[in-house]
Amino acid sequence: MATIINIKEESVLDVKDFQFTYAGNDAPSVNKTTMPIAKNSITALIGPSGCGKTTLLRCFNRMHDLYPDNRYDGEILFKGRNILQAKEDLINLRIQIGMIFQKPTAFPMSIFDNIAYGMRLQGMKNKTELQDRVEKALKDAAIWKEVKDRLKADANGLSGGQQQRLCIARAIAVEPEVLLFDEPTSALDPISTAGIEELVVELKDRVSIIIVTHNMQQAARVSDYTGFMYLGDLIELGKTEDMFVTPKEKLTEEYITGKFG
Amino acid sequence: MSIILDKIFAHTSKFIAVSILLLVAWIFTVLLQHSMESITALGFDFVTETKWAPNLEKFGALPAIYGSVVSTFLAMILAVPLAIGVAIYLSELAPAKLKTPVGVSIELLAAIPSVVYGMWGLFYFVPIVRDLVGGIGISMLTAGIVLSIMILPFMAAVTRDAMDTTPDILKESAYALGGTRWDVIKDIIIPYAKAGIIGSLILALGRAIGETMAVTFVMGNVHQISMDLTLPATSIPVTLANEFTEASSGLYYSSLFQLSLLLLVISFTIISIAKFYFLRRKRVGL
Ligand SMILES: Nc1ncnc2c1ncn2[C@@H]1O[C@H](COP(=O)(O)OP(=O)(O)OP(=O)(O)O)[C@@H](O)[C@H]1O
Ligand SMILES: [Mg+2]
Repeated sequence: MATIINIKEESVLDVKDFQFTYAGNDAPSVNKTTMPIAKNSITALIGPSGCGKTTLLRCFNRMHDLYPDNRYDGEILFKGRNILQAKEDLINLRIQIGMIFQKPTAFPMSIFDNIAYGMRLQGMKNKTELQDRVEKALKDAAIWKEVKDRLKADANGLSGGQQQRLCIARAIAVEPEVLLFDEPTSALDPISTAGIEELVVELKDRVSIIIVTHNMQQAARVSDYTGFMYLGDLIELGKTEDMFVTPKEKLTEEYITGKFG
Repeated sequence: MSIILDKIFAHTSKFIAVSILLLVAWIFTVLLQHSMESITALGFDFVTETKWAPNLEKFGALPAIYGSVVSTFLAMILAVPLAIGVAIYLSELAPAKLKTPVGVSIELLAAIPSVVYGMWGLFYFVPIVRDLVGGIGISMLTAGIVLSIMILPFMAAVTRDAMDTTPDILKESAYALGGTRWDVIKDIIIPYAKAGIIGSLILALGRAIGETMAVTFVMGNVHQISMDLTLPATSIPVTLANEFTEASSGLYYSSLFQLSLLLLVISFTIISIAKFYFLRRKRVGL
């Protein structure tokens, strides 16, 4: 049985008896899982490759719905409502729960248009309002200084680290309540990585964050809570400082001491 | 031993590759040689003269050029929107179960010999066009329609391939911001694949402009320039296919060679633009 601590904060997401199965697979890739996600905190998901971190993360914004016949069981409550219901408005859900991917994904358009994209999708047309919010998002993502003189330039001309901050700016521009990060620094150099980590920590005043990472140091540096997954099971969820010092589960201890993984 | 084999292989392939270049140069030279008589006799008038009357030794290529351009233009207008629609459907909308069978059928259609399209056009489209818009049915319009049907599968298949190069993670990023399927198609896939799509369309245009057998039956080989699309017309390849056997005089013969030289240059230019400008893969990463 897994060790799941109670969190002191209010939870923004509540995973309840949740299970996910990919189309065509008999066995689920995320097994019966229950876990709270603390509001205005950073929850890290760690675990060896293939344990289901990405799979679980992509359930929170129903990304799996883009491909046919994947199956969710159980519940994921977001502010009290089960987002796995068939009638859930996915467009609206994804506006409230944003996502940053493993690799930077600048759209084939200008820097300005990249940031404005999400707002335009929501029908915002007012030019000055768009400009203000693009500027604010770029400042919040700590990239404004580098791009303010070339907002009209193609976003693909930015460096990898800059592009990843652009993607973060793009995601926060629509003012989501939750941000999902899937190994956001795995394609970046150490300096860009440090920049992104700092940014993630700054963001938690405004958004609740779930970050998948391969890198235990990263989890230790940025997160408040850490969940350890193994073979599709959530083995342990605890406060980050406790998890890395006094893990309750033997598997967790073995993993963080590098006995496997 | 294997080093020797490697060397033999390397040299053989190099020889073959260079031969291809030489072959192109050779064809070009032969066409040029045979065109010389007509080039010296007619000069620039060849491409501006509207009268083609071999019995009077008048050789104006303009009607054939006009016919090639107009029939190709018609074909593109009809085929491009349909091909893009089919490509979008195949790459983004079709359920997985349909993608492969429909995709393969389209590739099969693209492989049908053009003479089959020509015969089909003659027996089925000529009467339909005759009934719908009048005239004898053998016309510029019929040629444009048959050409468009002929290039449609090729165009749809290559356009779909260009769209399929859009990385999933890029599309997912747009969905993750609350985009709908249509938003992702128009804002992400089409801009991302734009160069590839335009390149594919131009390649198809190159095929259409040089197409012979699909249009020979339905165009009529009448050297006239008219805005009325229901009248018979001709194109460069149609003229060549119809008249080579009857070229009686040296100048007639030579002017046909000059026509084919002209076609070669046009096709070559079109394909170069498509290949070197649009289809060169420059995106990195993702
Ligand atoms: N599209 C898919 N269809 C079927 N099975 C999948 C699919 N994607 C992942 N899986 C399987 O689900 C399991 C969990 O994969 P997942 O990508 O979530 O792991 P992960 O913890 O994110 O690993 P990594 O650290 O390597 O990114 C793996 O066994 C994988 O093979
Ligand atoms: Mg992963």
